Amino acid sequence: MAKKAAARKTAATRKAPARKTAAAAGRRPSRSNAPALDKEQELYAYREMLLIRRFEEKAGQMYGMGLIGGFCHLYIGQEAVVTGVHMASKEGDASITGYRDHGHMLVAGIDPNGVMAELTGRASGLSKGKGGSMHMFSKEKNFYGGNGIVGAQVSLGTGLAFAYKYRGEDNVSLTYFGDGASNQGQVYESFNMAKLWDLPVVYIIENNKYAMGTSLERASAMTDLSQRGASFEIPGEKVDGMDVRYVHEAAQRAIAHARSGKGPYILEMLTYRYRGHSMSDPAKYRSRDEVQTMRSEHDPIEQVKQRILSEKHASEDELKSIEKEVRAVVTEAADFATNAPEPDVSELWTDVTILAGS
Amino acid sequence: MPTDILMPALSPTMEEGTLAKWLVSEGDNVAPGDVIAEIETDKATMEVEAVDEGTIGKILVAEGTEGVPVNSVMAVLLGEGESADTIAATPSPQPSPQKGEGAMAATVALPSTSPPEEEVGASASAPGEGAATPSSPQFSPASDPDLPTGVQMVEMTVRQALNEAMAEEMRADDDVFIMGEEVAEYQGAYKITQGLLDEFGARRVVDTPITEHGFAGIGVGAAFAGLKPIVEFMTFNFAMQAIDQIINSAAKQLYMSGGQVQAPIVFRGPNGAASRVGAQHSQDFTAWYAHVPGLTVIAPYSAADAKGLLKAAIRSPNPVVFLENEILYGHSFEVPKMDDFVLPIGKARMVRQGTDVTIVSFSIGMKYASEATEKLVAEGVDVELIDLRTIRPLDIETVLVSVKKTGRCVIVEEGWPQGSVGSDISARLMEQAFDYLDAPVTRIAGKDVPMPYAANLEKLALPNVDEVIAAVNAVTYRS
Repeated sequence: MAKKAAARKTAATRKAPARKTAAAAGRRPSRSNAPALDKEQELYAYREMLLIRRFEEKAGQMYGMGLIGGFCHLYIGQEAVVTGVHMASKEGDASITGYRDHGHMLVAGIDPNGVMAELTGRASGLSKGKGGSMHMFSKEKNFYGGNGIVGAQVSLGTGLAFAYKYRGEDNVSLTYFGDGASNQGQVYESFNMAKLWDLPVVYIIENNKYAMGTSLERASAMTDLSQRGASFEIPGEKVDGMDVRYVHEAAQRAIAHARSGKGPYILEMLTYRYRGHSMSDPAKYRSRDEVQTMRSEHDPIEQVKQRILSEKHASEDELKSIEKEVRAVVTEAADFATNAPEPDVSELWTDVTILAGS
Repeated sequence: MPTDILMPALSPTMEEGTLAKWLVSEGDNVAPGDVIAEIETDKATMEVEAVDEGTIGKILVAEGTEGVPVNSVMAVLLGEGESADTIAATPSPQPSPQKGEGAMAATVALPSTSPPEEEVGASASAPGEGAATPSSPQFSPASDPDLPTGVQMVEMTVRQALNEAMAEEMRADDDVFIMGEEVAEYQGAYKITQGLLDEFGARRVVDTPITEHGFAGIGVGAAFAGLKPIVEFMTFNFAMQAIDQIINSAAKQLYMSGGQVQAPIVFRGPNGAASRVGAQHSQDFTAWYAHVPGLTVIAPYSAADAKGLLKAAIRSPNPVVFLENEILYGHSFEVPKMDDFVLPIGKARMVRQGTDVTIVSFSIGMKYASEATEKLVAEGVDVELIDLRTIRPLDIETVLVSVKKTGRCVIVEEGWPQGSVGSDISARLMEQAFDYLDAPVTRIAGKDVPMPYAANLEKLALPNVDEVIAAVNAVTYRS
């Protein structure tokens, strides 16, 4: 447990910096009309995205070594989405997603040791080793999973928003799902009720172009997912989900809308996963060129890095030291998750129901 | 220290593969994410990416090599200032940590599939149960509270009892709200929520569109956030649209989250056959939900039990499936007039004590069981009658004690026979009271057909009093 606590020493420095508008930041955007982030925000985004990238690479490696079992869906390539949205949120806002959930947990400030130890199925995992990659939660950080059933999180996330409105709290529910889930029936049932009752929920569709191996074009009669709420009068917009500046700016707008009582808002994040759907997917349904183009021309981390250097927010050496620090966090998480004990066999029977009086 | 690049597994079942191609050579610099090799299995081709920054120091497995074991060293990556000379000539393949543990685990006896209650009897131990089997928590339900002396009993329908239970709990706790189709302005399709909108307003009595899957999920999400929703299904037939949220989201949440996130929610509504509504509207789902760990399943018969158990269900931190019955809604029973009448979940009611035969039932099955008991007692058969009330956790202890006394058991329910509640009780009696049985345990269930519409056929499809009497006569060898 001491080791777990120690890992949180970086928490203070990882707090999302206060939001600033492009004008307030006073920076010349590097792309015409692109919203700007200030130095602190750029460095924060760089570090968070790098943490997710390195964590996921390590998870992939540990999966290959047989330390992680079952299904393992990596977030590599999509880092800007959760990072930008998180930067636009505030303390107490809830988030919920599907099974590609590691990045969402890390950005929420959940202990990487606990996440990695859950992946290896150990007692010190976030769910005591009983959940696994797809089923992790943190009541403390208002993170509600980690859901293995495609689309289920959309109704659940709408329910979180229902609770906020019911109690008169000014938090919002950040409900993430993929282009695949966007075709599930309960998504539209939820859209309808969310708008009917003007619930404070932001639906973030992470459109990474492929639902497992089926491209959006082959699965969806109407591919503009930002307009999937049109029948319910839910506003939506398409966002460059590879550029954290655009993600952040759109998320600010969407969250403000939901928080002000105007109801739900849809953000379609155009993003890309570099790896297969899960570890066992060789991703033969897309060309190597397509992947390479996204990696070399749109990489979310590389974009921030280049801006940081050209704006002289930090030197190469300073970025190297961030990289080193992130690597140390990931290495510690991997060591922790490799060496932590498996759950005690008595855990088989615990947490099934809460017994009366306990 | 140089880093070993290991042969990865593409899935937990992969043991070896072919190293098809190296995309780097010794001396090349690589960065994390760079594709360095391709491996093949019978199912897939996969790219191997570098995980660390460095220089390829030595390639130890040549491309084209087949049968490379998972986790064996394929190459060595050198960090800054490291030399290839430090690399051992032939590193031996490392065993997979997980496989090592798996082999150890295989020698451990499989844990018992028995739910906690089954450890009660001495004969409960199944063959092969070893010392390594972790012990399950014992469930011991509380007894019904003693009623205050001189408490007034009032005649009340099941409908009124359910309505009062919800109103009382909503008065006591602002976190309790009800949502469902026609629960508010229409005052309830079966009038169970009559008057609630007037008293509690539209914030707490929420009419939903006809979208069971969606509003069940919204209810579960609200429960995760700490509210105590009552989700009314107009009938449980429609809850099949929502069963994923009931089971995958609500029932499993506490376990999957290692105890962090609770789902204090009640799913309630009429279950089972009504009258002449045909196959899609006449199904008993008790056994379905009773199958699922994490759920509490309650199916009351009397108005007093309906009231006391619904109040307990609303207060429960667990997800509860509360199965009512449309035909019973209008039936009247005596209910104690008390400010706060709550009954324990998981405790069967001993309705009548007797020594000749045990009849076990629940919900509307109790109607047939009670009428049969009356007639049998008049004929001189000393029947012991048990109303389960809660199906999960099941009060098997009460049934066991009874059957060890009577040696005979008849179980009555409206659901289909295969995989029924009666099947499960029958199996448990065979396992835990085998030596006490004087006759085969007998199930009276609905017939194994979809519910017909025609009045005569519907009557035949449901259990009836004569069937119960015939079963009792058979097990007591009176026929």
